[in-house]
Amino acid sequence: MDTPNTYRAGPDERGHFGLFGGRYVAETLMPLVLEVERAYAAAKADPTFQAELDGYLATYVGRPSPLYYAARMTQHFGGAKIYFKRDELNHTGSHKANNCMGQILLAKRMGKRRIIAETGAGQHGVAVASVCALFDLPCTVYMGSVDIERQAPNVFRMKLLGAEVKPVTLGSATLKDAMNEALRDWVATVDTTYYLIGTAAGPHPYPAMVRDFQSVIGREVREQIMLAEGRLPDTLVACIGGGSNAIGLFHPFLDDPGVRMEAVEAAGLGIDTGKHAASLTGGKPGVLHGNRTYLLQDDDGQITEAQTISAGLDYPGIGPEHSWLHDIGRVNYVSATDREALEAFKLCAKLEGILPALEPAHALAHVSRIAPRLPRDHLLVVNICGRGDKDVFTVANALGVKL
Amino acid sequence: MSRIADRFAALRRERRAGFVIYTMGGDPDYATSLALLRGLPKAGADLIEIGMMFSDPMADGPAIQAAGVRAHKAGATLRRTLDLVAEFRREDQTTPIVLMGYYNPIYQFGAQEFAAEAKAAGADGLIVVDLPPEEDVEFRPHAETNGLDVIRLATPTTDAARLPAVLDAASGFLYYVAVLGVTGTKAAVTSFITEALKPIRKQTGLPIAVGFGIRTPAQAAEIARVADAAVVGSAFVQLIAEHLGPDGKPRPGLVDAALRFVGDLARAVRSARVTAGA
Repeated sequence: MDTPNTYRAGPDERGHFGLFGGRYVAETLMPLVLEVERAYAAAKADPTFQAELDGYLATYVGRPSPLYYAARMTQHFGGAKIYFKRDELNHTGSHKANNCMGQILLAKRMGKRRIIAETGAGQHGVAVASVCALFDLPCTVYMGSVDIERQAPNVFRMKLLGAEVKPVTLGSATLKDAMNEALRDWVATVDTTYYLIGTAAGPHPYPAMVRDFQSVIGREVREQIMLAEGRLPDTLVACIGGGSNAIGLFHPFLDDPGVRMEAVEAAGLGIDTGKHAASLTGGKPGVLHGNRTYLLQDDDGQITEAQTISAGLDYPGIGPEHSWLHDIGRVNYVSATDREALEAFKLCAKLEGILPALEPAHALAHVSRIAPRLPRDHLLVVNICGRGDKDVFTVANALGVKL
Repeated sequence: MSRIADRFAALRRERRAGFVIYTMGGDPDYATSLALLRGLPKAGADLIEIGMMFSDPMADGPAIQAAGVRAHKAGATLRRTLDLVAEFRREDQTTPIVLMGYYNPIYQFGAQEFAAEAKAAGADGLIVVDLPPEEDVEFRPHAETNGLDVIRLATPTTDAARLPAVLDAASGFLYYVAVLGVTGTKAAVTSFITEALKPIRKQTGLPIAVGFGIRTPAQAAEIARVADAAVVGSAFVQLIAEHLGPDGKPRPGLVDAALRFVGDLARAVRSARVTAGA
């Protein structure tokens, strides 16, 4: 495959990243996504929109998040110099707030009076519920009944924030089904309602828009590492489910050939067991939720269930830009199992006094594999995209501890 | 001429609207599904839509998603659905069959192979719900090469600016989605539909079938006064669901009850006695 002049020009005007992306939606939804596309293009070109967003990111979300030199972890592995991008310090505890703040301002600009969203682990749902409270907009969050059961604290948080949490019992009753249900709601309520998608997937313009809002992560890292080290990093590492934190970190660096990028999918119980959430490693291209991308599916094209200890990575697809970056080889996609993620979770807690969410624990698991073999002047940045407080019950359960 | 065009031409001669029934292929099992299909023309269905099950049918309501789950459990696949069509076609050469589903199973089957095999099985048209005009370049040519009609959906949100894109290369008939929402959740409002069809008729000579939200013979008759055909789907698959035992197996009398319901709907459509647009 030819190497493009730039990796940052996509998508094309119809939302394609090479073979991937697009707008595979029913005609009932098509006018809606076209409306969002027009509104986002106008907002993006409007300096007052960006200024308002920057203001809220600084004073409400808490940006910029620090770039922290993890000295003890560096010492422990004895190789690469490890930096943490501390996006877990954002308001609501994850990178999700970056995107929610951007999209809620767009929804307001579009005159929408009601917000809907899907959530898996509940991190996106909590972030949506928070910005809806802030702007006094009614909010309905669709969540699979299986996820509601295993993420009870986040369900309660959303309710405290004033959101209505609607359980979804259809299909596998997890994130993909919550997304189906949110799309169905949207079709029926288009006049008043904005659908706030939480990851860099869905029909165009969502993958590009969510990427743009999350790219604040990578832009900050560029500035911060220049201040700290006077040069760009050698390797970036991020976990990947739908892929919004990873694309946010990577995108500003895609055209820097010296920067290597590694994205870590959830291998669950192991890729060869079939019980995993690694769409790129264990799936093949298909069409779901409005875009063409790598999907976990059977030979008949039926979508199969993802499985991982990390509810936030529990999605059978991946953002279309990642599928493209995978196929052209710009980003290296690997995976880590539940067990490896748990080990990394414990190690990070002990060495750095930071409880990472189970999602970035997958990224840390990969760091533990590559860091020891890298030279000491190798600069490695890993995105700690969420904090682990939400996961203590899951971790205790996995470690056989009764709380 | 295709079977679909033939059928709409015959309906025009009879000065009445057509009745279109939707049934999920393989629901509740292959044999029962085939028995239903075989009984539908005699019960009064002018055209049959066969659903191709998909795990994530985002434009469908709970009734049709549940029908897909039942079919899947009973072993339905895209290939088995084509088998159903072929078996039906052995005994019925005239009733048009439209296959309706989502793109991913077709994409995995191979768009070209699917179009060829659907035609060979005896299908006449295709509705691929999540393949809007903007994305169907890799599929539509194969359908056209095989003489299959590509049936497009128009909705209450399809405005004048968008309509030409929807109508471009549409064939067979136009499927007008009568309500804002997914299948089977709201009632269609006839006065609204009458107004909505006017600008569409100015831009196309294709027959217009109206569906989503038609549940009773009275509603079907009302639609038949303003449209070229009325489509019923969710109410039919729901009736099938009501005739299943706790084990999910069909109870005796399911096929008769379902066909009786179709007969009631078809009679209502026929007695509406109005050719739309005339």
